[in-house]
Amino acid sequence: MFLKLHQYLEKKSFALLLGIIGTVSVGGLIEIAPLFYIDSTIEKVEGMRPYSPLELAGRDIYVREGCYTCHSQMVRPLRDEVERYGHYSLAAESMYDRPFQWGSKRTGPDLARLGGKYSDEWHKLHLENPRAVVPESIMPPYKFLSERELNYKSVAAHLNANQKLGVPYTDEMVELAVSDLKTQLDEYADDYDGFMQRYPKAVVREFDGNPDKITEMDALIAYMQMLGTLVDFEEYQAEKDENLR
Amino acid sequence: MSYDTLAHVIKLGGTVAFFGIFVIAIIYALWPKNKARFDHAASLPLHDSDTPEV
Amino acid sequence: MTSTPFTTRFKDDDSLFYISIILGLGFIWSMFAAHPTGVSALLYPTLEMHGYMMMFFFLLGILAVVYKVGDGVPKIDQSEYEDGVVKAGVIATTFWGIAGMLVGVIIACQLTWPNIFYFDNLPWTNFGRLRPLHTSAVIFAFGGNALIATSFYVVQRTCRTRLAGGMWPWFVFWGYQLFIILAATGYLAGVTQSKEYAEPEWYVDIWLTIVWVAYLMVFMATLYKRKEPHIYVANWFYLAFIITVAILHLVNNLALPVGAFEAKSYSLFAGVQDAMTQWWYGHNAVGFFLTAGFLAIMYYFIPKRANRPVWSYKLSIVHFWAVIFIYIWAGPHHLHFTALPQWTQTLGMVFSIMLWMPSWGGMINGLMTLSGAWDKLRTDPVLRMLVVSVAFYGMATFEGPLMSVRYVNALSHYTDWTIGHVHSGALGWNGFVTFGALYCLVPWLWKKKELYSLRLVEWHFWLATIGILFYITSMWVSGIMEGLMWRAYTDLGFLEYAFIETVSAKHISYIVRALGGTLFLLGTLIMAYNIRMTIKGRGLAEALDGDVPLAKKPALPAAQPILVGE
Repeated sequence: MFLKLHQYLEKKSFALLLGIIGTVSVGGLIEIAPLFYIDSTIEKVEGMRPYSPLELAGRDIYVREGCYTCHSQMVRPLRDEVERYGHYSLAAESMYDRPFQWGSKRTGPDLARLGGKYSDEWHKLHLENPRAVVPESIMPPYKFLSERELNYKSVAAHLNANQKLGVPYTDEMVELAVSDLKTQLDEYADDYDGFMQRYPKAVVREFDGNPDKITEMDALIAYMQMLGTLVDFEEYQAEKDENLR
Repeated sequence: MSYDTLAHVIKLGGTVAFFGIFVIAIIYALWPKNKARFDHAASLPLHDSDTPEV
Repeated sequence: MTSTPFTTRFKDDDSLFYISIILGLGFIWSMFAAHPTGVSALLYPTLEMHGYMMMFFFLLGILAVVYKVGDGVPKIDQSEYEDGVVKAGVIATTFWGIAGMLVGVIIACQLTWPNIFYFDNLPWTNFGRLRPLHTSAVIFAFGGNALIATSFYVVQRTCRTRLAGGMWPWFVFWGYQLFIILAATGYLAGVTQSKEYAEPEWYVDIWLTIVWVAYLMVFMATLYKRKEPHIYVANWFYLAFIITVAILHLVNNLALPVGAFEAKSYSLFAGVQDAMTQWWYGHNAVGFFLTAGFLAIMYYFIPKRANRPVWSYKLSIVHFWAVIFIYIWAGPHHLHFTALPQWTQTLGMVFSIMLWMPSWGGMINGLMTLSGAWDKLRTDPVLRMLVVSVAFYGMATFEGPLMSVRYVNALSHYTDWTIGHVHSGALGWNGFVTFGALYCLVPWLWKKKELYSLRLVEWHFWLATIGILFYITSMWVSGIMEGLMWRAYTDLGFLEYAFIETVSAKHISYIVRALGGTLFLLGTLIMAYNIRMTIKGRGLAEALDGDVPLAKKPALPAAQPILVGE
């Protein structure tokens, strides 16, 4: 019977087309579809929250500049990586990453746990001229980020798009997006407490040391200083059944 | 359905589907009756002409 | 012709009518895109730049259609092959090949001499922007044009019928060039989704979808009206490439734009699901774009050039179904030891190792086609190029399964070893098989006796081969070295090297790599010159008086059509 079938495939272009579609669909469906509904794909952790408006803007700059072409954000559970970078990455830590930034190449070091490791000044100097800080670095210079003003007026639309996709931004967060973005640069802002409630653990300060301007450098450093800092690893129990994958 | 069962079913299903397709393709390819057709098909690139058939 | 009413001019061939509707709609959308009315975008650049570019190109397209129709009814002569679009494809392939490889050499130099090749005030020249430009230019612009051009050539000859769809093939060609230009300029300006090999933003993705559907339709319709009962195996591979790339492209690029006239979008999938979808896409872009499509080239051009039928047609059938079934599972090997559930990683690894078998089946089939004609390798550098490409295919498809083993991957992943592996496939397999096909096609299409110079083909062959060897050996050295340095411990149990030490240790390897890439590019430039002189009819490339090129005279008696099972 199948002999006839294959002859049919070889003679009928449309049947061949359907045969190909059927064959290639199996693997993709089986591997991808279950990830969406198996509970154990993503661990239960404390501390994950959506990106603050300033962090999201910084993340967009990270994407725009193609940082992922040289930096991964995925610490593997191997001894040397855990010692070099910190706790191995959990699936939960990138649950609001659209798209994910795990990367595939380490021309530079992994950045998954970069937050809090270096000072803002270090980041600014390093981004502006990497070889001024690390003489043997082969990273491109990003001096223009300090000069370019962050065009933040439409940040609410960006939060809104994420909200529509299922990221748990509240309507209040979308509404206050612009003011939250400014608040994160000024620890004496009126709405400091409200902001910290909406975005717990957020780092609030003048990131690029230039209070006159909200620059793209501000946003990028804000993003880098929160990388890998949200999950509370004292609470997280890797051995628990619900966290085994 | 528990995670383990599902993973098991998927691995088994994948292997069976792969093996099935593979066996069918081999039997078809080796079926003696098909030889003449394959020989004809294999020579197709060598006999194309400079103009299409209308 | 002036008396014919405008509308009836589309009577024979209505393709231009629908093409102009698409162009018109595109023009209207790009007018809005060029003049953003809402709040300004979060990040520069807005869609403005692309809006103006698209307005320009769509208008150009509309003018071309008007010119064509105003000139009279487009005549589609079914007794002639549509070779014009293949010729255009050959030239585009050569052009984009040079462009893409040049960018590759530039970014290789950036990683080697950062003080010379980076500029403070030119953000668009930074590695992060140029790297996607390089990968997309060589894969999609060079490789994609080669695939479209050869598929249009092969499907016509093996089906013995003219390409279907009137002017649609030309729409596919120019539409695809527009896709390339939008993608490339977008990367430079920072418009990117950051999904590797799927970087273009949503509106460019939609445009590619339109073009790709037209491509599928042209290909299918040509198969449908074929005069030969059997569909030749090369066409199966082309069809699998076209349809699977369509599926991959559609699923992986699902995203929600921030606004209808905003460049930025956010992916429908997040985190681990997004990673799995991306590498299902990414790996199968290799499997179906760079493998299935180029295997189609192998299955036509090697038998044709060697003037011998493919070694085993039976093997090609098994090869086809096994390759397309197994490849689709292999994606998760890009995510070993990550936060992806382990069963998915295991599945990806098992299928990657199995993939070795059908890959080598295909390699053996290509190589053994030469059996009884091995002497031609000495005299015909073009055939040698095609055969060496198959050897590189075999090497890359042995290395790939090896690297997909979890514990090998623990060492190789994130290192230059991966870069070397990719380039042994891309330069050795995709590059050489494309060069071989181009060297075949140019005399055939432009009706010349021979190429301008076979000596130059020899030069190209040896420069490129040495270039590849420099490239992959230097990447093996630097990749394995850095992988070992990252995990090296001192006697006291501390990590031995800081990250930056592993960077500086690679400097010499990077110099060798840049040199290898330069040699390869040099070879391609020689090819471009050779092709140009062949088209001009210089050297050995005399015009043929008759209409049957020497290379195409049948050496074997024509086979009788066989109708089995009909």
